[in-house]
Amino acid sequence: MDNLLSIVTFLPLLGAVILGVFLRGDDEAAQKNAKWVAFWATLATFLFSIFILTEFEPDNTGFQLVEEREWIFGLQYKMGVDGISVLFVMLTTFLMPLVILACWDVTHRVKEYMIAFLVLETLMLGVFMALDLVLFYLFFEAGLIPMFLIIGIWGGKNRIYASFKFFLYTFLGSVLMLVAMVAMYADAGTTDIPSLLRHQFGSETFSLLGMQIFGGLQTLLFIAFFASFAVKMPMWPVHTWLPDAHVQAPTAGSVVLAAILLKMGGYGFLRFSLPMFPVASDIFAPLILWLSAIAIVYTSLVALMQNDMKKLIAYSSVAHMGYVTMGIFAVNQQGIDGAIFQMISHGFISGALFLCVGVIYDRIHTREIDAYGGLVNRMPAYALVFMLFTMANVGLPGTSGFVGEFLTLVGVFQANTWVALVAATGVILSAAYALWLYRRVVMGDLIKESLKSITDMTRRERAIFAPLIVMTLLLGVYPSLVTDIIGPSVQALIGQYETAVATFEAATQVASN
Amino acid sequence: MATIILFAPLIGALICGFGWRIIGETAAQWTATILLFLAAVLSWIVFFIFDPTAHENGYYTVQLLTWIESGTLTSDWAIRIDRLTAIMLVVINSVSALVHLYSLGYMAHDDNFREGESYRPRFFAYLSFFTFAMLMLVTADNMVQLFFGWEGVGVASYLLINFYFRKPSANAAAMKAFIVNRVGDLALILGMAAIYLQVDSIRFDDIFAAAPGLAEATITFLWTDWNAANLIGILLFIGAMGKSAQLFLHTWLPDAMEGPTPVSALIHAATMVTAGVFLVCRMSPIMEFAPAALAFITAVGAVTAFFAATVGLVQTDIKRVIAYSTCSQLGYMFVAAGVGVYSVAMFHLFTHAFFKAMLFLGAGSVIHAMHHEQDMMNYGGLRKKIPYTFWAMMIGTLAITGVGVPLTYFGFAGFLSKDAVIESAYVGAQGAFWLLVIAAAMTSFYSWRLMFLTFYGRPRGDKHTHEHAHESPMVMLIPLGVLGLGAVFSGMIWYNSFFGHTDQVARFFGVPYEEVHEESHGDTHSESAEAGKDEHHYVFAGQPGQGAIYVSPENTTLDDAHKVPTWVKVAPFIAMLAGFFLAFQMYIRRPDLPGKLAENQWPLYQFLLNKWYFDEIYDFLFVRGAKNIGRFLWKKGDGAVIDGGINGLAMGIIPMLTRLAGRAQSGYLFHYVFAMVIGIAVLITWMTLASGAN
Repeated sequence: MDNLLSIVTFLPLLGAVILGVFLRGDDEAAQKNAKWVAFWATLATFLFSIFILTEFEPDNTGFQLVEEREWIFGLQYKMGVDGISVLFVMLTTFLMPLVILACWDVTHRVKEYMIAFLVLETLMLGVFMALDLVLFYLFFEAGLIPMFLIIGIWGGKNRIYASFKFFLYTFLGSVLMLVAMVAMYADAGTTDIPSLLRHQFGSETFSLLGMQIFGGLQTLLFIAFFASFAVKMPMWPVHTWLPDAHVQAPTAGSVVLAAILLKMGGYGFLRFSLPMFPVASDIFAPLILWLSAIAIVYTSLVALMQNDMKKLIAYSSVAHMGYVTMGIFAVNQQGIDGAIFQMISHGFISGALFLCVGVIYDRIHTREIDAYGGLVNRMPAYALVFMLFTMANVGLPGTSGFVGEFLTLVGVFQANTWVALVAATGVILSAAYALWLYRRVVMGDLIKESLKSITDMTRRERAIFAPLIVMTLLLGVYPSLVTDIIGPSVQALIGQYETAVATFEAATQVASN
Repeated sequence: MATIILFAPLIGALICGFGWRIIGETAAQWTATILLFLAAVLSWIVFFIFDPTAHENGYYTVQLLTWIESGTLTSDWAIRIDRLTAIMLVVINSVSALVHLYSLGYMAHDDNFREGESYRPRFFAYLSFFTFAMLMLVTADNMVQLFFGWEGVGVASYLLINFYFRKPSANAAAMKAFIVNRVGDLALILGMAAIYLQVDSIRFDDIFAAAPGLAEATITFLWTDWNAANLIGILLFIGAMGKSAQLFLHTWLPDAMEGPTPVSALIHAATMVTAGVFLVCRMSPIMEFAPAALAFITAVGAVTAFFAATVGLVQTDIKRVIAYSTCSQLGYMFVAAGVGVYSVAMFHLFTHAFFKAMLFLGAGSVIHAMHHEQDMMNYGGLRKKIPYTFWAMMIGTLAITGVGVPLTYFGFAGFLSKDAVIESAYVGAQGAFWLLVIAAAMTSFYSWRLMFLTFYGRPRGDKHTHEHAHESPMVMLIPLGVLGLGAVFSGMIWYNSFFGHTDQVARFFGVPYEEVHEESHGDTHSESAEAGKDEHHYVFAGQPGQGAIYVSPENTTLDDAHKVPTWVKVAPFIAMLAGFFLAFQMYIRRPDLPGKLAENQWPLYQFLLNKWYFDEIYDFLFVRGAKNIGRFLWKKGDGAVIDGGINGLAMGIIPMLTRLAGRAQSGYLFHYVFAMVIGIAVLITWMTLASGAN
């Protein structure tokens, strides 16, 4: 299969087209069909994507399964995966069928809802596979449109405000990234990502508007990309859109947002910032390490005080993404391995946690923590699942949550022990907010009248959680499944990075002498 | 065999947790119990047939699976069997098996649950899971697997404290236990990171081999340079402080008594809380090169032993008294480790497991008899009602207070091990020695106070309860009997292995040793009176990593501890007698005395009764502090500053944009697409122009 990646990428879109063209009416049968079509489309995508994994050779650190062809306006269409991106592709295709299952009870404009998710999947997959700057930009920015729609049409009461805020945040980053891309093209004369990775962007200090820009062009490009990725991540202090977006998004939207969309920022750092602007990365690394450490402590403390379950988990996501940025900018094997692992693992865990909220939201229609209490009395299976993912969120060894957290901490300890200490307090705080949430929702006696007739998880809900549980435990017990794949590529990335930084430092020393 | 020992409890946990619906509740409970007994029997076989000399460096390893691999950081799932592990296997599986058996009776009826609720298999599943996690901890051959077990037992502890999930106090106690432990875990994680930074590996073999180098290395941590060995030692010990409830991180242990009593016996007395001691002993190769860390361990251990004993004097909840007693005894173990006699730390851990589990199970039997009444002020005169329990508790008390014949090797388990600790402390740290002797007097006092209040005097409290007080069933009494054997004999039988002459201890732990001539080392001891008795004189002579523990050749504390003056050897015995007579005076002869004393010494009494106000201070500083900061950051940080700033910005930009687009209603989406399309257009135009220019 020469165009496996394209098949996987556009299969969901095909599903969307089928839905849009052939499905008529909005009765119950049509709704059901829409869901089934979407489910099969995403499942088929997943099954095809397994071939990517079997074809993939971990020891080859270059791009694999590459497809290249001419496209409109002299642009090129180029797709490929390497050790860094391939697992994000797998994460996306793995989660989407579950996401579709999670919105099985939706009745409002089902067809459009399904189309939105299918289009979204295509665009997300495109982001992780695109090997051309323009193509990447298209997927990256367009991917937000279905997300806006999902929040804006199927979201909660304050959905307009939330998506508006989301837009505000992303807008500035998008513009800057676009400008940076133009500049990159001007400098390198190509938009081909593998070529750009080999290109050395200027790092000579020059002065701009009277300011000395240390690190030169790289610094400016880095800042522009950073503006976009930091928001997507999200990093402190540009994180406040996320809790609002999560609160307003429907359950399935939250799952996609937390599990996949947040990973685009981290992926961006690894694909562009570190390898293309190593000198600037080296200059900014201390700042980013501190921002990450602050994010972990700050958002964990804020999470502690939330009374909205989704907000709490959203803040906890920001904290966990803090480990990711910290690991990436520690720039060593453990740090980056840990960061990627953390992103993959967070995909399962945060997705599952939002689904956990969804389960009881579907029954009681509130996210207020105070409205619950004592659910274990009537929902033992739910209590077990929620417990497992709470512990995974806390980073318990044996679950995937631990591996990422541990590796990033080990990684950053080598870079900066202060940051490691501050970030490690997240270990305590995450236990505090997660267990307190669990206690208030699940533990205690069931006294609230409204909860007296609540029912335990249905078979469909169990079916959604089962794969997530398996993955969380499997990766916790045998993380080599992931580290074997990402390891060589990460090693190569670090090797190039260090060479570039060393060259730069040698050059500056010569210059200063 | 090691694999069976390790996985039998896990299988039991899974069967109890999920399989009980198929095979039934009773069958599930029995399956778990039998599997545990199997593991226990095999553990004893391993313990007896294990011969350190048969294996290189005194241990063997069974590889199961690779675990975390990232660059040079690699770790396996593995079973490492050496003497330390063998001791822990015996302790864990024996106590666990007996607790399983005991729980068959204890948990048979529980008023905390409603009719038809299947809480029993859940309880057994947790117990077995705990056992599995604890075994993973002690069989680890690298730091991360140890940490897996470390956290696994933490979760099991959380679940079991929370077992009566309807009680808010249990919910709170469970959370507290987990979170306070996490404070220690933070240090442990940093310690592991520091080890990796220095050694480039987290496997025990590599760490031990690198230990001498660590003593020379410096590591920059936070604001200054540290000696690597000391820093790592201290960080690991802070981790141990959490798990072993040492001062400052001890507050969770008394609260943990919210769990069912068998849990307290297994987890919060015999096994989990001793994990910290195990960790320090396991890390003896590093500790031997970390004098500052050892001094810190000694100090914390001694102060904890003293502090917890003072609090134990005035508590009235039977389980809390024993909990503080555990805390105090753990302090003893750390002192022994701190002065460099790891074998004695393990000795006290070993004997303590038996008599403390016994005290807890005995207390459980009392509580069972008294319809879940735990306040000793409502007990009294129970000796006749529950005679077996009484005798079990009596043996436990004799053991913990250290009854034996002074200057001989004849006595209850606690007599031998505790005296060993105190004698070692005299050699290693005089201050700690005095604190421990005073603590021994207090131990004796509160233990006898417990006995007198519970079993002697007139019945107090609810009359009805007293009339219906009944002896527990056989499944509960048998474990008491077995543990009783341990509490009586374990000290005498294994005295020489743990606290004998250097060569005996070295053989037991598989550590190389060599003979030296008197004059070749130390003129300090050659003159001492007892030195002449030794025909040979040995020192430990291994390299770090050879044998289960490492004691440097210069460290002769073990040897010197045998040569302490006679008054030192008798001191704990006298302290014990003093405590006993004081308790006898206050609770048998003059029962009005305690009340008067409390009145006379009101501030002191309140201070002790409120456990030195640690909970209040922590609540104020950390719990409320964190909540207030959290609220502030949320409302002011996120709300006012960040969102405020962005909204302000937005109010400037958005109207302009909307005017630009000319569609006030369209909102965000339109702008977004608009901007993107414009952007792409610009990009393409630029590229076309640029390529045209080329």
